[in-house]
Amino acid sequence: MTTKDILEETYTALSANKVRSVLTVLGIVIGISSVIAMVSIGQGAQNAIQTSIEGLGSNLLTIYPGAVQPGRGIVSSGRGAAQSLKNEDVDVLKSIEGVSVVAPELDRRFQIVSSTGNNTNSTVIGTLPEYAVVRNLNLAEGSFITPGQNNFNKVAILGQTAATDLFGDTDPMGKTVKINNVIFRVVGVLQAKGGSGFANLDDMIFVPLSTMQKVLAGVDYLSSVAVSVADKDQMATIKDEATNLLITKHRVSEADFSIISQADILGTLNQVTGAFTMFLAAVASISLIVGGIGIMNMMLTTVTERTREIGLRKAIGAKRKDINTQFLIEAVMLTFIGGVIGVILGWAVSFTITKLGIVETSISLSSVLLAFGVSAAIGIIFGYYPARRAAGLNPIEALRYE
Amino acid sequence: MIEVKNVGKIYTNGPAPFEALKDVNFKIDNGEFVAIMGPSGSGKSTLMHILGALDTPTSGEYFLDNKDVSKLSDDELADIRRDKIGFVFQSFNLLPRTTVLRNVMLPLVYADVSKHEREKRAEESLIAAGLEEEHFSHLSNQLSGGQIQRVAIARALVNNPTLILADEPTGNLDTKTGEIVLGTFQKLNRDFGRTIILITHEHEVAEHADRIIFIRDGRLVEDSKSHQKRVIHHTKHDH
Repeated sequence: MTTKDILEETYTALSANKVRSVLTVLGIVIGISSVIAMVSIGQGAQNAIQTSIEGLGSNLLTIYPGAVQPGRGIVSSGRGAAQSLKNEDVDVLKSIEGVSVVAPELDRRFQIVSSTGNNTNSTVIGTLPEYAVVRNLNLAEGSFITPGQNNFNKVAILGQTAATDLFGDTDPMGKTVKINNVIFRVVGVLQAKGGSGFANLDDMIFVPLSTMQKVLAGVDYLSSVAVSVADKDQMATIKDEATNLLITKHRVSEADFSIISQADILGTLNQVTGAFTMFLAAVASISLIVGGIGIMNMMLTTVTERTREIGLRKAIGAKRKDINTQFLIEAVMLTFIGGVIGVILGWAVSFTITKLGIVETSISLSSVLLAFGVSAAIGIIFGYYPARRAAGLNPIEALRYE
Repeated sequence: MIEVKNVGKIYTNGPAPFEALKDVNFKIDNGEFVAIMGPSGSGKSTLMHILGALDTPTSGEYFLDNKDVSKLSDDELADIRRDKIGFVFQSFNLLPRTTVLRNVMLPLVYADVSKHEREKRAEESLIAAGLEEEHFSHLSNQLSGGQIQRVAIARALVNNPTLILADEPTGNLDTKTGEIVLGTFQKLNRDFGRTIILITHEHEVAEHADRIIFIRDGRLVEDSKSHQKRVIHHTKHDH
């Protein structure tokens, strides 16, 4: 039997009962398209998070006070209470070769009232001019903190959201805001940066570090230090060197701070989104399995219905292998057609999700190839038993079958 | 040439072993038209299955073209059926919703004959079986009983077999149509020298053959020339 013969036979057999074939294929279509759509949503979410993390500034090491306890991750380290990072540490970090910019910061949430009477509760970040470089901040108007202003100057730079909340449509430049009852002059407004997934970078207000420490918070420590590394390949080396230098500086035997690189954060988040994607795919796979059972059901019915035909084919010289191939190809053809339509439908669904602005989905070639592979595999797995049953029929009994 | 030597068949899958054939011996030469006759339960179906290489005997030997086919595997038997046997069944067994031509070509699909050659041989067989050319592209369910059986005969002819085995070929046909089909067998035997074995329980049908083998209770009880052979003369349906 040539391939063309087998395909012709398959076409004849499948078109003999079109409604049944279409319904069976539908099961696979739903399975494959939901897998494609779900994976594209998962990967879309992953890409969005990755982009926003990288948007925070690549080549970045962030040093937090307090040691990360092994196995507990960065979330539950309780480092908010730790006060181990001091201004002197910044000079130590600057001395490391390969470090381009060091930006210390101290964050606090304060109630802020504008001169127009509006008020908001926002994060106030006390920092140095370098912060704008490290975090890729761009100004809509005015300027960021200048080196000369780190002299307890009461100046503030507003993020877009904070600016809108406090001043509405009026231009905040030159106006004043009251942070913790201290009056600040607005000298700059940032361009909108968009949400990063956890923190809205636009809902922030920046003041000079010295003002933050002495005037607003009344403390001398830092809540974090961002270190920008000149060469991405040197991240690991610089991380080690910074760890050693700070341990020496703090005169402790074990690190009382933690250094986290963008890669660490990305890795953790990728694990989370990866698990999320896997979960979505697993749920969608259940419908694919149900579709496969539909295929098996149809093939078993077909084999029973066509028992006499199988008997005849055997009587005129078809071997076990010929019958087996014929029925297996029928099952694979059903799942393959279902796979093709499913990929198209899944693509349409994820396209619609993107268009509706729910999440920017992304279909990878690998998920399409995987879908085809899985649909063919389902055809083989669920077609195997019916085909074997057909091939194993005794021709004499099959010919007598009523 | 066909030689059946001491063939016996015992079925052991029932409640008690059942001996369907006991020590059957006969020879059929090429070009003979033989009827195997017997009442139902006589073992003639079992014999037909063995002659058609659908089954193997429990004892004895069966030579087809001097090759012992009594101890072959399933796949080897399939090859024998494909190359040497043409079946005509009581219930026709054509593929439904399939054209006459494709039905006749089906055995050649398994014999790996080229598409062009298949069509040529199928048309020749259909003409030899006496089906009018206008029906070649019809679907099998659009034909009358007599026409369907001629398609089945053409299908049995198409692989140029050593032996055509017809199992009650007139069983589902009325007498007149049955006569025409039997006439077709006689013509194939007379004009094309085909070896034909006709299995039937009806005496009148068996008498269309040249020789009749009687089977009763699994034994060959008589093997003789047809005493009063019924010859179907050419009618306007016969080509």
